[in-house]
Amino acid sequence: MDYGLSERGAGRPKPPIAIKILIAGGFGAGKTTLVGAVSETQPLRTEEILTDQGVAVDDVSGVEGKNTTTVAMDFGRITIKNRFVLYLFGTPGQERFWFMWDELALGALGAIVLADARRLADCFPSVDYFERRGTPFIVAVNCFEGARQYELDEVRLALNLAPEIPVVLCDARERDSGKKILITLVEHAKARNTAPPEKMAGTPAG
Amino acid sequence: MRSSEEFDDERWLDEHAGPLVRPYVMTRGRILPIRGKFDLISLIVTVRPVPMSEVGFGPEHLAIVDLCHEMLSVAEIAGRLDLPVGTVRVLLGDLLHRGFIAVEEPQPEVNMSDEAMYEAVLDGLRTL
Ligand SMILES: Nc1nc2c(ncn2[C@@H]2O[C@H](COP(=O)(O)OP(=O)(O)OP(=O)(O)O)[C@@H](O)[C@H]2O)c(=O)[nH]1
Ligand SMILES: [Mg+2]
Repeated sequence: MDYGLSERGAGRPKPPIAIKILIAGGFGAGKTTLVGAVSETQPLRTEEILTDQGVAVDDVSGVEGKNTTTVAMDFGRITIKNRFVLYLFGTPGQERFWFMWDELALGALGAIVLADARRLADCFPSVDYFERRGTPFIVAVNCFEGARQYELDEVRLALNLAPEIPVVLCDARERDSGKKILITLVEHAKARNTAPPEKMAGTPAG
Repeated sequence: MRSSEEFDDERWLDEHAGPLVRPYVMTRGRILPIRGKFDLISLIVTVRPVPMSEVGFGPEHLAIVDLCHEMLSVAEIAGRLDLPVGTVRVLLGDLLHRGFIAVEEPQPEVNMSDEAMYEAVLDGLRTL
């Protein structure tokens, strides 16, 4: 038996195409703020339960003995002309949460790595993850007051980013700044994924 | 596949299990949905109301049915009900199993090399 919508679908409009975008970054980098600034809905928090093994709980017996914790995800959405819905997921960037990113990154259009200008190094793990996974990503440097002003090239150097990775400065509280970040990411993903073959990277790393 | 009768007598965790008890009690200790996969962005819609006579559902099941008169993603259901995603998946599995909801899985492949898709999204973002 199938309850697929298509089978009941008489007269029902086609559901919009869902596109995932991840927002990663270190502790306090502004992920929740950014999701809230651009989402058309109240930003929501969802939680996933983890064991200390860093995997989702898969066996309830003895849960009380395990060191369990929850990991919070921010969630927002942007509907585009009823044809597309961008789903934004803000997730913490620590390595022990990577198993969760694996699900999130699957089929994602790309990722925004939010860097706190006062603690650039906190976003290393996120950059590392998306590089290795081959997910298109950009780096957005959240310029908190009191942070020293960076030149974009300095950031690139500090994070050891390939030249084609876009770096932007932002204020995660500002909707327009958030929009600019999203546009930069989509443009980057487009360039990456629709590039003519001769512009592709050379031989795969061995 | 387990029948709906079977999951009614799953054991309940006692209250010493710590802060996780609530979600687990709601799902009667179950971790995986009896039906369905439920990606975070799968869309859920209610297809029929739950009759008064229906047994075995908790308030959270009913809350989902109420919420999903308008199509909603799994992540959003979890956020609105303030429940862990894993818990919501189990509850959704129950509802799907008994035919109260329908699931629209995300397009298996949003064609990521489709230039027109990017253009349309960019257009939309610029005019937000
Ligand atoms: N001045 C300034 N403050 C900001 C900016 N972005 C975020 N904040 C503030 O910084 C704090 C942390 O921001 P969050 O959005 O909660 O950061 P987060 O990455 O979600 O944090 P965790 O989820 O705890 O890892 C909040 O008090 C924000 O109001 C910014 O661009 N400028
Ligand atoms: Mg946060």
